[in-house]
Order: sequence, then structure tokens, then C-alpha cells
Amino acid sequence: MSVLTLTSSQTVGPFFSPCLLRPDACRNVLVEPGTSGERIRIEGCVLDGGGVPIDDAMVEIWQANAHGRYNHPADQGTAPLEPAFTGFGRSGTDENGCYWFETIKPGRVPFKGEQMQAPHICVTVFSRGLLNHVVTRLYFADEPSNIDDPVLQCVPQSRRATLLARRESEGEPAVYRFDIVLQGENETAFFNL
Amino acid sequence: MDTITTIGTIIRGDREIFPPYLYEAYQSTRRRAPQLPLIGVPLTISELTGPGPAISSVTPEDADLTRNAGTGGEAIGQRIIVTGRVLDEHGNPIPNTLLEIWQANASGRYLHRRDQWPGPLDPNFLGMGRCLTNDDGVYRFLTIRPGAYPWKNHPNAWRPAHIHFSVFGPSMLSRLVTQMYFPDDPLHQIDPIMNSAPTEKARQGLIAAYAHDVTEPEWALGYRWDIVLRGPDATYFEPGEGKQ
Repeated sequence: MSVLTLTSSQTVGPFFSPCLLRPDACRNVLVEPGTSGERIRIEGCVLDGGGVPIDDAMVEIWQANAHGRYNHPADQGTAPLEPAFTGFGRSGTDENGCYWFETIKPGRVPFKGEQMQAPHICVTVFSRGLLNHVVTRLYFADEPSNIDDPVLQCVPQSRRATLLARRESEGEPAVYRFDIVLQGENETAFFNL
Repeated sequence: MDTITTIGTIIRGDREIFPPYLYEAYQSTRRRAPQLPLIGVPLTISELTGPGPAISSVTPEDADLTRNAGTGGEAIGQRIIVTGRVLDEHGNPIPNTLLEIWQANASGRYLHRRDQWPGPLDPNFLGMGRCLTNDDGVYRFLTIRPGAYPWKNHPNAWRPAHIHFSVFGPSMLSRLVTQMYFPDDPLHQIDPIMNSAPTEKARQGLIAAYAHDVTEPEWALGYRWDIVLRGPDATYFEPGEGKQ
């Protein structure tokens, strides 16, 4: 039972960028030269219900390192920690509604018992007109372990494709595309978290 | 608010506390509100962790918005102290977590290229600050009271004075972006953003209290505002779609 009343959410509004996206608060690049793992670049656009790119959104990501360990005290796993890799990214969207991150493909993290989750990145989107942020996950379309991921299985089959980032290039880093549709046709499956 | 508006049913989190995505009186929600049911998912290590504990780079100067423009000058306006605690729903303090705030200046103008209404800019005010909570979950900012400002949502629309807050807390569940309002402001009644909070209880939780014990003589007025973040216990989930 809650004891205190939770604080409600309000929109981030149109004027957050000088604060939340100033150079030392933006985190498009999560990797350093010594970071372990397969380098990837994530690119995508945030679109509204009319298919119009949203140029005043902010996307945040949270992910495990390449070994499947979160840089967080609640992750008591035995996979190696890389203190320099926070796993946190924050990007604005540009005039075309696009955001990007340079990171590594995360390792698999545990679910319950021996069961593991498919590699995934937690994604949060804020914008004017969103009174509460939206939360979803990015999965990798070419990842075989998606088939029995316990969270992906909660998403109706017809909507799962909206959570799959598709590999667009084989270079280094590989580019994965992940568009986020807030409303309407191909609306991204968002979570009640 | 007198205006009758269409209120959507897609809501993330406690529906007595959190706004619906669609709240038509706030026009920007119409094209941006998700329309399909949110997916109930199990809580895993991915949601029970979050970036909060790993972010800690702030300086004491960051919490003084009256001087952090770096011009050597001081911002114009009523100097105020805004302080409070960041708590979980059981009242436990959340230490060492990042708060980022942004606000209009005393005339109600943001330092942003898209804010072009003719309120004067203040060269000594950036309108942004940040700090970490201490071991007791306490944060504290020195700033100036922001002005109200017009917006184009509907004819003669004015936003009540407010300060935007972004808070991380310990997990993905605790992430919160919200706005703090000031007490006794008649503009509360006509603001669709504030009124998107669904209950009086939820709206009251967004309003700071004047605090004379925070007020400093010959210096600044004090306001106190506590922030209560979600934790695993405040989340209801059932696997499958549409369980809200």
C-alpha cells in the first residue's frame, strides 16, 4: 500500500532543450575506446499520429553492458561490470525528428531462474504533448533469442514488429533503425510501467 | 476548469495520479497521445534498475540559477529558495539522485529560440539548474520566481508560473518529468496542463507550499515541495495487453 501520494507527471513542454540537452547533459555516445562489445549505431525518428516527424522530442535509453550487467547497485549478477559504461543515453530529435546513439549491443540479462532475456534496450520518449513519458523496449530483429523473450511475448504478435530494430548496414558500427510512432498506423507498443 | 474536454483512457501508472495521454484541451496531445492499450509486462532487472545512480556530475554553482549564467551579474526577479525532499511512496528518502530544472525568467520568457513573445530576456538568467539530493533526500535551488506567460493553445491562454523538474530516482519506474506550481495562483483554474492531472489530490501534489522557515531574512522567500517517486510496489502489472 502506498503511504504517500505519488507526484503526478506533466509534459516536458517545448522549452527543455537548453537544460536537458545542453552539451554535458546530452549523451548520444555511450562508448569509449575501451568499451567491450559489438559497436552499433541506433538511428530513428519519432513520429506523430499524422506521420509528421517530431522535432522537439527527447529519447533516453538504458541498457546493460556487453556482458549483460547493469551499472546499478540492484544488479547483483556476476557478469563483469565496466564502470566507465553507464548504459545511459539521451538524445534530442533534430528537424527531421531523428535521434541517434552510438553504443554497444547489450548482453542478455536474467529473467527468472535460469531463463534469460533477449538483448534489449529500454527506451523512454518525452515531448511536448506527452503528459507522461512513453516507455518501450528496442529489440534486435536479427536476434534469434527474441523467440522466447518473456517481455516480448507479452506484446500481441501483430504489434511485436514495432519493437524490432532492423539492421541497415553491415559496416562498423552496424546501424540499426528504430522508429518510434506515438500514434496511429504502426503505433509503437508502449508499456504500462 | 470549466471547459469540457475529451479525456482519453490510455494512462501509464496510477490513474488517480497520472494524466491520460489524450487530454484534448491541451491541443498538443491530440496527435501525440498513444491510442492503443499499453502493454502490461513483468518487472525485470531492466526495469528495477535505471540510470539514476550512475549520473552524478554536478557542481554547487549549478543549483544557483540567480548566478549560474556566468556573467558575473545576478538575475532580476523575486529571489526564491525552492527546497524539498525526494521520497519513495513509503516516505523513504532517495539520496544522491539528479534533479534538473528549467523555467522562464521573471517576465515569463524562456531563453529558447522558439519562445518569441515580447517578454524581455534577462542576460543574467539562463533558467536552468541541477543538483543532487543529499543523504536525507533533500534538494535545494536558489532561483527567481518565474513569470506567467502566454501560449497559443487557445485564445488568451496563459500558463501559471511553474518550474519544470526532471528527476531520475533509483529505477526505470521512478523516472519523472513534471512541473511545480506556486500556491494561490488564479491561473491554475484555466491551465489545461495542470488540470490534466486527474484528481484534486494529484493536482495539489504539484503545488509548492510557502515555507516561512525556509525564507531567509533580507534575502529570499522560501518554498517547499516534496517529490514522491514510484517504486516497484506502486506498479500493478498483469501479463497481457490492456490490463490497466
